[in-house]
Amino acid sequence: MSLLSLQREFLDFLLDQPSDIPVAVNGDSGPGLAVYHNAFRAQLVACLKDSYERLWAWLGDDAFDAAARHHIARHAPESWTLGEYGVGFAETIEVLYPEDPEVAEIAALDWALRRAFDGPDAPSFDPQRLAEVDWDKAAIHFVPTLDLLPVTTNCGAIWSAIAAGDDVPSAQFLPEPAWVRVWRMELQPHFATIEGTEMDAIQLAASGLSFARLCDRLAEKIGVEAAVEAAGRYLASWLQDGLIADIQ
Amino acid sequence: MPDDKIAPFHGFGLGLRIPHFQHFLTEDVPVDFVEIISENFMVAGGRPLHVLDQVRQRWPVAMHGVSMSIGSADGVRADYLKRLKALADRVQPLWVSDHLSWSRVEHVNSHDLLPLPFTDEALDAVCANILHVQEVLERPLVLENPSTYLTFADDQMTEWAFLTEMTRRTGCYLLLDVNNIYVSGTNNGFDPYEYLAGVPADRVRQVHLAGHSQGRERLIDTHDQPVPDPVWDLFSRIYPRLESVAAMIERDDNIPPLDDLLSELDVARRIAADVTMVAA
Repeated sequence: MSLLSLQREFLDFLLDQPSDIPVAVNGDSGPGLAVYHNAFRAQLVACLKDSYERLWAWLGDDAFDAAARHHIARHAPESWTLGEYGVGFAETIEVLYPEDPEVAEIAALDWALRRAFDGPDAPSFDPQRLAEVDWDKAAIHFVPTLDLLPVTTNCGAIWSAIAAGDDVPSAQFLPEPAWVRVWRMELQPHFATIEGTEMDAIQLAASGLSFARLCDRLAEKIGVEAAVEAAGRYLASWLQDGLIADIQ
Repeated sequence: MPDDKIAPFHGFGLGLRIPHFQHFLTEDVPVDFVEIISENFMVAGGRPLHVLDQVRQRWPVAMHGVSMSIGSADGVRADYLKRLKALADRVQPLWVSDHLSWSRVEHVNSHDLLPLPFTDEALDAVCANILHVQEVLERPLVLENPSTYLTFADDQMTEWAFLTEMTRRTGCYLLLDVNNIYVSGTNNGFDPYEYLAGVPADRVRQVHLAGHSQGRERLIDTHDQPVPDPVWDLFSRIYPRLESVAAMIERDDNIPPLDDLLSELDVARRIAADVTMVAA
């Protein structure tokens, strides 16, 4: 058997596909093959537990393992790095728990925070430079780790309670659908649940619109007075949270 | 390749693991070098690289990878090598190592260190891959013997004969994992002392010392236990044959307090001193 054929057959064996690998190994190698077969799944499950730690706590060992094995059976790892294997697990969870939307939302939050943890560096904008900004022309540039997740439940409160070791609240729908913004300030990932209007403002800014034009667009939606108040409040929180990399 | 040789480095080190990050950032940890898992730092930014940059300012660093898949029949992935080269340029390591194994072929990556058949064809493939990697990285590669749990019907040579020919053809160096020799020897029925006698000692630049666990029918390379007596004995046999070498305790799971690993490292220092004195 050629090396390429042997390696294809070995991977087929690991993936529970028909395989000729048992005839390519020496006769007493059955237990050895079992070691590789078990290690393949165990490592992927461990990887998903590491990436989705709060989801694991929310589901418990048995349910998490079942979900992980369901995912592994349908998604062979392809990336060069094991750290990427968690891509798409939140979507698998969404399919497995259609009646419990908080489960997939906790999963998405876990994954977004993991991505923010070692995402690209960018120093936060220094508020002392605000006086230099030409607000008629300047646009806001967010840190590259910023991510936005749609949510309908109190997944953020559940996540925080699990992380802090506090009493975990039961899952509840929010009064209205909202968003969670995820980002990293210096070395620490953060998240915050935000209202729909702030989400609109972030998306407008991220599209390259100047801050002045952004205020105009908000005013068209919620009125001038409310838009001025909201834009000022959002800008202050973005600066305080280290969400802005530059304004120019 | 600008540098076709790796100068020997004598010392005793530890792997940089997350539970010990703070010790390495704030304390004068008594090690001569630190080994990192390359893939843990092949990231865009954040805390891992922040820690690594500070550690590198204080200690020499050896880069040790697990994802190169040097034995893949279809070559080593270019995107992986590009990121590994970027990290090596940043770290300026003692050397870059990985394992004599394969993990992926075509689109599927097992993320495990799978065994190679010891055949002429596999030797050709491995050597071609090593020469390519060394060209891209602009430095010689160091390869570690992995733990294995089976052998192939088509095997044409011993593992140590494979290693010897591989280093001769490519100029690469070896990272000798003494625990892996013991585990593979027990699982596959060869004599670890015969293995030690057969490896080209002058190509060894680093030694791993680790522990293992007893599975149902195989020893399992868990790297989650203290170094056991049979591994210390193998270390004491090979050490006098090596040039200056970087020896370290490698613990990948069930990570104990740093002081426990430093105590194990002191055992390695003591054995090295004792056997060196006897040999002299």
